[in-house]
Parts: sequence; C-alpha cells; structure tokens
Amino acid sequence: MTTAATSATRSLPPPSERYTILGWLRKNLFSSLFNTVLTVVAVAFIVFILQSLLRWAFTSAEWGVIPANFNLIMRGRYPAAEAWRLWLVLYLLGGAVGMIWSLTTRQIGTALLVVFVLPFALMLVPFFSWAIRLNLLLVEVIGIGGYALGRYLPIERRGRAIAYLLIGYLILMLVVLRGFGEDANTLPAVPTTLWGGLLLSLLLAFFGIALSFPLGVLLALGRQSQLPAIRIASVIYIEFIRGVPLISLLFMGQVMLQLFLPDGFPTIDRVLRALVAITLFSAAYTAENVRGGLQSVSRGQHEAAQALGLSGYQTTMLIILPQALRAVIPVLVGQFIGLFKDTSLVALVGLFDLLGIARTVLANPDWLGTQQEIYVMVAGLYWIFSYMMSYASRRIEEQLGVGKR
Amino acid sequence: MKSRAKFNKTGMILSMVVGMIIAACIGPAAAPAVVESDEPTAPAMQEEAQSTLSIVQERGELICVSNSMLPGFGFLDSEGNFSGFDTDYCHAIAAAVFGDANAMEIRPATAKERFTVLSSGEGDVLVRNTTWTMSRDTDLGLNFAPTTFYDGQGIMVRKDSGVMSLADLSGASICVATGTTTELNLADQMAAAGISYEPVVLETADEVFNTYDAGRCDAVTTDKSGLVSRQTILADPSAHVILDVTLSKEPLGPAVRHGDDQWFDLVSWVVFATILAEEHGITSTNIDSFMNSEDPNIRKLLGMEGDFCAKIGLSNAGCFADVISQVGNYAEIYNRNLGPDTIFNLPRGLNNLYTDGGILYAPPIR
Repeated sequence: MTTAATSATRSLPPPSERYTILGWLRKNLFSSLFNTVLTVVAVAFIVFILQSLLRWAFTSAEWGVIPANFNLIMRGRYPAAEAWRLWLVLYLLGGAVGMIWSLTTRQIGTALLVVFVLPFALMLVPFFSWAIRLNLLLVEVIGIGGYALGRYLPIERRGRAIAYLLIGYLILMLVVLRGFGEDANTLPAVPTTLWGGLLLSLLLAFFGIALSFPLGVLLALGRQSQLPAIRIASVIYIEFIRGVPLISLLFMGQVMLQLFLPDGFPTIDRVLRALVAITLFSAAYTAENVRGGLQSVSRGQHEAAQALGLSGYQTTMLIILPQALRAVIPVLVGQFIGLFKDTSLVALVGLFDLLGIARTVLANPDWLGTQQEIYVMVAGLYWIFSYMMSYASRRIEEQLGVGKR
Repeated sequence: MKSRAKFNKTGMILSMVVGMIIAACIGPAAAPAVVESDEPTAPAMQEEAQSTLSIVQERGELICVSNSMLPGFGFLDSEGNFSGFDTDYCHAIAAAVFGDANAMEIRPATAKERFTVLSSGEGDVLVRNTTWTMSRDTDLGLNFAPTTFYDGQGIMVRKDSGVMSLADLSGASICVATGTTTELNLADQMAAAGISYEPVVLETADEVFNTYDAGRCDAVTTDKSGLVSRQTILADPSAHVILDVTLSKEPLGPAVRHGDDQWFDLVSWVVFATILAEEHGITSTNIDSFMNSEDPNIRKLLGMEGDFCAKIGLSNAGCFADVISQVGNYAEIYNRNLGPDTIFNLPRGLNNLYTDGGILYAPPIR
C-alpha cells in the first residue's frame, strides 16, 4: 500500500503533448517522404482488404445460418423445454458477479461497464427474440441488485465472502444444469451427452481452469520439495504429461479408457473424461509456470519467514506463494486462454463443443456451403471470451500492482 | 501486508472451493452410473457372458456409433435432433429391439475413432457410412450387416472443359481429400489406366469443393453421393457434370463386433426387413391395411405368422412391423434423406430393388 508520504515525493509525469488532428497526422503519418509513401501504401492495402471483406460480409454472405441455428450453437442439444435452467444459471451469474464486484471495488470502474454494457449491446442483435432480450435485461437487473446487495457484505472479510459466493454458485450451477434423477419431477436429469455448443466450451474451460490451477500449484510445490519421493513423482508427472499432445490424452480418455476398465464397469461420463484429460494436461503446464514464480522469490524471504518463527506451511502459504503467484499472473492467464481455445479439440472426439456444433451445422443439408459465415462467428465468440479473460487479468494486475512495486 | 493476508486467505479458500467442485462434479455425473449397476441382471442372462442384446435391453436404449457431420447421412438439425440415412437405421434397430424408435442414443464418432469406439464396447452397432472391405471384415474384427447404400467414387468436371472420360483427364489437376480411401483409389485407378495427373490434396470436404469451385483444379473426386450433394451448392451447379465412371465400389452398411452372432443376425434382419417391406409395398402409412393380409410372406414379415422375431432373440412378435410403422421401408428412408424432395435428389441407381434394376435383394423370411 502506498502511503500519502511516498506519493507526494513521486516525480510528476511529463506534460502530455497536444496537437490538432492535422498536426497529429503530420507528425505521425507524413513526417518524411518515406513515411508518406509508407502511409499511402498501407492505407491502400487496408482499403483493398477491407473492401473485399465488407463486400463479402454485406452481399454474398448468408448470415441466415446463424439465427436459424442459434439455439444449437449456444446450448447444443440441451432440451428446449429445460432451457430456462440456462437462464437461471445466467441470472445467478449476474447476481454473483454484481456482488463480487461491489466487494472488490467500491467504485464503478470501466470493467463494470464491460460486464454490464455487454448484455445491453447484445440486446441490439437484430435476430434476438423479445424473450431473449427480456431475459438479458433480467440478468442486468439482477446483476445491479447483486451489486447493491454486496455493499452490505463485510468488506474486511471479503476474501471469505467471495469464496463462499463462488462455491455456492458453482454447486448451484451444476445442480441446476445437471438436475436430479431420471424420474425427478422438478429438475429432471439432463445427461451431459446433451450439453453442447458454447455452453459446453465454457463449462470445460471454466472447470478445467478451476481444477487444474490448484493441482498445478501442488505439483509446482512438489517439484521444489525436499522429499525425494514427492519431488520425483511430480517431475515424472509433469514431464510425462508435457511430453504428449492434448489430443492423445483426449483420445485415450474417450476410446481407450473403456478397454482398461473391468467388464461390467459402468461407463464413465464422456464429458467428465474430456474434463479430466484437459485438467491433467493443463495442470502440468501450470506447475511449470508457477515454478518459475517460486524461483523468482528470493532466498531472503524464506530466511525472514523462518526468523519470524513461521512453520514451513505458513511460510509457503503466507510468504512464498502470494509473491510467486503474483509474479506469474500474465503467464497463467495466457495459459488459461490457451486452455479455453484447446477445449475445441474435444470436437475431434465426438463431443459437440462450439466448434463441434459448428461442424454439424455445416453438415445440415439446408446450410451446406456456409462454412465462412459459421467459422467467422465461432472465431468471433472465441475472441470475445478470450479478450474478456485477458482484460480481467490486466485489471487484477493493476490492482495488485504487478510490475510497479 | 494487508494484501498478502488477503491473498493467503483466498488461496486457502480456493483449495476448499476446488474440493467442493470435484465433489460436485463427480457426484451428479456418477449418480446414474450407480443406479445402472444396482439393477439386478436377470439370472438367465448371467450364464452367457452378457450378449450384446441383453446389455442393450438392460440399458434400455441402443447406443449407435454414427456420423454427425455428413449431409444426408447423419447431422444435427436446427432443433438439435440427429437426422439422416444412417440415423434412420439406428432408429430402425431401436424400433425392433424396444418397439420404440427413439430408444437410442447416437454416439457421434469421427472416421478415425469409430472402430475403436465399437470394439471397446462403448457402442452397440456402427452405422456410419462405413465401407465394407475385407480387412475391416477380418482384421478389425467386424461383421458387416447387409449393405444399406451402394456408393462409388465419381469425378466431377466443368461442362465447358469437354472432359468425357478418364482418359481426357491426362495432365489435369484433381482436388481430393487427404487420408481417405478416395485419395488411394484415385491413385490406383489412374495408375492402372496409365494416366498422369496432378493431385491437389486438401484437408476437408469443404476445402476440396471450395478449391474446385474457385477454379484451382480441373476435376474433383469423392463418393458419388457426396458429389451430388455438393454440386447443388456450387456457384453455378449447372456448369458442372459428373462423369459416368466409377472409380471404386463403396458398399456402406452397419457393422457389429465379431463374436455375437445373435446380435449380428438381428441387425442384418432389420436391414432386410426394410427392403422386404418395400418389395411388398408396405409403408409406414399403409401398414395397417396389411394387418389382415392373406399373403404368407407379409404375414410372416409383420409377425402374424411364425415366431421369427423370437429367432433373433426378441419377445415382441411384431418387431419388424414396429420398424416399418415407426421408421418406414427402404424407399421411405431413402427418399426422406436423399430422394427427390431433398436437395440431393440422388438417383437410386444400384440402390433400387432387384426388380427395378438395382441390386437390393433380401432373402425371404420363412
């Protein structure tokens, strides 16, 4: 925490330069003959590319394929009669995000704008039905309500409050999505084979991240351990997993696992198998990233902790890990974004994630030949979520002051 | 100091979260599995090492390894239901076993994993436009039920190119998908005919036809059913023509694992029943009018005479009648997915009854 004394002595930034538009153009784009030529060529090139792209997008592209298959792309084969559960999950998400936000920051920042303006922007999508728009509006309202409610939560115990919120949300989400038994009257079970589209991609990424992170931290600590058995086991695990491609782990899980299990052993849920493969794979990479952070913490920190009389566990949890993890946030987020995009590999083992669903839509005789439109949309969706992750990571870095202190 | 303490707390709580997630994850997912294994197996079924039929009946649904990405044969429609020629045969088998065409689940599989999925027991039957070849029939341990669709590799060219036969393609560039038997067939046939050509090898069917449509190759080759369906979406369909040559035989049909003859018989006779129904003119709409037929062939097919369903292990005497009434005869299945009312408008050709110039010929039920 910076105190008032240090901020007063900090030197002021240089005054910002101001130009008129013409002046700016002149300085940045036409300052010399070479720069002028470069500008003209680059602009011509951009216009050339954009022109054909826009011509395609507005004249020859058949965007009708997206509204017609919108439900399929969003939720896969999740039954339409149970679709209200997905909205319920979104309401809960809106409420949870609102509360967490008001716990972490007491001022409405630009990040809030992104999260809450996004549904408003989505409401303008022309092909959305009024039911969808109404539901999105409800998510907004609940989110704002959650934000207001969050102000009554104790901010001094916000770490615990956030954790309880997340635990509650995750459990509730799984229960709502999965339901109870086959014959239950309320919330009948929806088998995971019916989960698909963006829903499946996000769930795989979400749980993959949530599960692989602690596993990776444990492995990283294990690799640094003084105990040979733990160290060797961790090294073998990390090096083995890093030595094989993810797709081979997925194939192992999907088609070979059943051969290893004894006869009559109940079939393991296929989505769960994919999730386990993704988690195991990602944990090995997380472990190596975290190890980099652990090694960046200087020896003096250990010694200081010991001098204070902290136990080994306390030293790790209170001194080493917080500093190590803070140092590797950008790397970890980069890896998690990679994990999110890697979930598209499950399309190759017959699960209908976003990419898998896109490929089945292409096989629909009504929509043959619309692969450009579909793939552009899939790329757009991946970009939106990846960008949101990297934006969130930048915010966290700012809050923790990574690279500043 | 304050921020550190916070971080530590969140770290500890995070590990708790994770524990809960794992529990929550495994809980609901494992729950139905436990229920399944609790179900007592009928004592009669215990002695034989679990026949496929008894496994299917116990489970209450058929698991059909099939395609989800082939137009006309297996794909998801906009409502999220599987649809297509192969899917209909999955429905037909379910109708015979359970009297309910929807008592089945499609296990979508890619071309690469389909055989492993079947042999590992994750699926009960493979209905995925799979070509019946000798090595698959023997080495891979498959038994092929009667062919449901006779396909063959063809070549499409532009009309204005003047190409009429294979020999005219000398020196031409031909678009083909990589890693398929199509690529090998092309090479074999052209080598046999002594024609030199330039293959343009691409990854997927979409790329193959886009490249051809963009004019980067003179001809394109894949199975004829694929050529017909893709021709309809080229920029100018009428500017292309499919040559009257067939590079290979591609008999496509359902397959089951070696070692369970009863299940093999069942799948085979479901296929035969759809063909026999067409022979007798029985459709899903007019089947009721045949229920008091005097023709012994029809009476046996519909289960009013003899115990033919019992011979394939089914207690429901009207197993074939259920197939016909719920899914239809061969012509209905074909027309629904590939016929004149679809964008494919694929001529039946070899897939006609033997009486109409095709080679569909089902042995009699007696």
